[in-house]
Amino acid sequence: MAQGLFRIWRGSGEDASFEDYKTEVSSGMVVLDAVHQIQAESAPDLACRWNCKAGKCGSCSAEVNGMPRLMCMTRLDDLDLDQPVIIEPLQSFPHMRDLVTDVSWNFETKKKIKPFTPRKPDAPDGTWRVKQRDVERVQEFRKCIECFLCQDVCHVLRDHHKHDEFYGPRHYVYTAALDMHPLDTEDRAADLRDNGGIGYCNITKCCTKVCPEHITITDNSIIPLKERVADKFYDPLTKLFPIFRPDKPKAE
Amino acid sequence: MTTGEQFTSHEHDVIVIGAGGAGLRAAIEASANGARVALICKSLLGKAHTVMAEGGMAAAMANVDERDSWRVHFADTMRGGQYLNNWRKAEHHAKEAPDRVRELEAWGALFDRTKDGKILQRNFGGHRYPRLAHVGDRTGLEMIRTLQDYGIHQGIDVFMEYTVVELLKDGERVCGVVGYDRERGRFHVWTAGAVVLATGGIGRAFKITSNSWEYTGDGHSLAYNAGAELVDMEFVQFHPTGMVWPPSVKGILVTEGVRGEGGVLRNSEGRRFMFDDIPDLYKNQTAQDEEEGWRYVTGDKNASRPPELLTRDHVARCIVREIREGRGSPHGGVFLDIAWIKQKIKKSEEHIKKKLPSMYHQFKELAGVDITKEPMEVGPTTHYVMGGVRVDGDSQMSRVPGLFAAGEVAAGLHGANRLGGNSLSDLLVFGKRAGEHAAEFAKENTRAKPSQEQIASAIAHVLEPFDRSSGENPYDIQHELQDMMQEKVGIVRTESHMAEAVDGIGALRSRAANVIVHGHREYNPGWHTSIDLANLLIVSEAVARCALDRKESRGAHFREDYPSKEESHAGHNTVVSKGADGEMHLERRPITPMPQELGDIIEEMK
Repeated sequence: MAQGLFRIWRGSGEDASFEDYKTEVSSGMVVLDAVHQIQAESAPDLACRWNCKAGKCGSCSAEVNGMPRLMCMTRLDDLDLDQPVIIEPLQSFPHMRDLVTDVSWNFETKKKIKPFTPRKPDAPDGTWRVKQRDVERVQEFRKCIECFLCQDVCHVLRDHHKHDEFYGPRHYVYTAALDMHPLDTEDRAADLRDNGGIGYCNITKCCTKVCPEHITITDNSIIPLKERVADKFYDPLTKLFPIFRPDKPKAE
Repeated sequence: MTTGEQFTSHEHDVIVIGAGGAGLRAAIEASANGARVALICKSLLGKAHTVMAEGGMAAAMANVDERDSWRVHFADTMRGGQYLNNWRKAEHHAKEAPDRVRELEAWGALFDRTKDGKILQRNFGGHRYPRLAHVGDRTGLEMIRTLQDYGIHQGIDVFMEYTVVELLKDGERVCGVVGYDRERGRFHVWTAGAVVLATGGIGRAFKITSNSWEYTGDGHSLAYNAGAELVDMEFVQFHPTGMVWPPSVKGILVTEGVRGEGGVLRNSEGRRFMFDDIPDLYKNQTAQDEEEGWRYVTGDKNASRPPELLTRDHVARCIVREIREGRGSPHGGVFLDIAWIKQKIKKSEEHIKKKLPSMYHQFKELAGVDITKEPMEVGPTTHYVMGGVRVDGDSQMSRVPGLFAAGEVAAGLHGANRLGGNSLSDLLVFGKRAGEHAAEFAKENTRAKPSQEQIASAIAHVLEPFDRSSGENPYDIQHELQDMMQEKVGIVRTESHMAEAVDGIGALRSRAANVIVHGHREYNPGWHTSIDLANLLIVSEAVARCALDRKESRGAHFREDYPSKEESHAGHNTVVSKGADGEMHLERRPITPMPQELGDIIEEMK
């Protein structure tokens, strides 16, 4: 069997650096398999998050040859194994050790977004009737596995470190899923403008490119949210005649 | 022995261990009942194994077929479990599941809809009527995300990436837990009036499994070590359809939804072999021919289900038979074909992608197979353990006062075999019950206090592998255990193999007591493996011992040397507990007779 060379970011703080590991590779293997093999053979303390190994939980996010990827869905067959495979942790979050970063900011940020607030049940049985096409409209956003690769690649976070005033693509997708939920009644436009920093996004679409769930993050969630904010706060016509754009019905 | 290790103390009313569907639901309920709740989980929030659930959540809402009711669901569940179920749990489950689904919707979950806008329900193995509320094939993700996004606003203290290593007791009662944070390796002690285990299953005891790394039987072992009983551990469900190629993804689940949407199993000769062996218990409810099977999956209420949708144990064994007898696929599985429906419906490719998006994605990316055009190769994979902590059917409390369990770690609902779709509803129904009763227990009982000695000894024990100057690599022992369980206590079992396994586990236990861990405590997977290993050994021993004692084939437990059901084993559950001598003790526990009205339902639905 062939050998592969893996150059992995090891250690923590100032002492961290790349280390090389060799391990056998076989057909169909993914990067995460190689990392596991290296753990079992030569680096039992190599830190890395993973869970489902099927692209469903979004735990094993890392940068493989410079691209934000899920390690479990990156096949070695698709990489040039004549070169070392370079595996690094995500760059937008504080580094902890080896391939693990502190992603807790994402969980804190989500809490700031107003939760789902359904309208009063209006079907005779005390629930709701919903059309399938209304379910389908938001499916794309609800596929998100919270791998945070979009947050990793977003320059507003990665290069400009606007973590305190910017939600990041993941949380725009989350907000869009709530806003377009057929039962939701909450208005999040002011928050998006004031706390979510949606104005910082200049639509470079890097987030869309790296999404392993192929969510069209920029076009389908960020741009409609930007439009919503613009309509609500910057459209002179609606300012004059709010009657043309009534708010969503209020929850009772 | 390392002594004087510092730890951080926390005080709560209820501690929930595990943040999958059951843990989140329990935490939400305990919090709603006024308890201060700590939710402790090994992974990040929202990553638990529940995300992997695909098919749906069984609940007799009768949205698609008005003939459905809790009584039919109850009878289906009991039949699937071969009547070893805790009938009280099966009753609660069937009655309460619809409310739990509706509640999830009120918290933001979006399910696929019927034409008149109700929650759509799909067919699944062993369920008489279309019963599974679902959204495409990612229902588990919808469920965990809904609970997570609702739960983070309920004032629950979440401890992400922490491992619990021991339950603390004051006399008989549970009064707290010891654990450490995986990121830094620092110790923590939580005290509380009640503890809810929601740690999931034991799949990692086997080599080929659909389960994630977290499934190492932690809750089973914590409960066992604290004096609780484990029951039905011989019943491990092997899901008939896991991926078989490429090798690195072997075991990853292929949802039963593929068969629910019309997917068929064929051997290398192209034969639909599931028609060749239909058990008597299901003869009346199975399609006579391929045409009737197709009519069933497309919603004809007068048709019976195709044999691909028989119970999982049966389908898994038929697949093993085809492979063993040389009619398997090139990589040692059989063929699962959904692409064939192009003969029946227009735009079948779009239809498949819409109904089974994750499956399409999974095969395309991991195996390079387009399931809309070609068949998949599939084979059985370790999926679920029916056995677990023995709990009261109403409160979910174990025999240890203050210790509750819910979800896969708790036993009873599924008996000898679980029906697909009954797991997600199990999580919600009994997560809620456990949370409610744990909060009540914590309220009614004065706070107990853990002993400093127990805390110190628990901490010292888990640090031992660092102190040794020589010893084995924990990974090696874990791999040996997984190979042994797969081979000797797997889908098809015999006396001699299982006896070897029991001895083998004993030998591995001695070796595991001397593993060595190198390096630091920060996120050190070698150290984590040394802790998991102790748990895996306990659950493996329980599985092997219970399987050895049940000299018959029933549900998921199949013995080559006793291939039929035996009346002599029909009336008891197998219970193991830790004896005063520290050894595992086994007991056959007679099943309490069920009340007349429940018995009548079963008779009526036969």
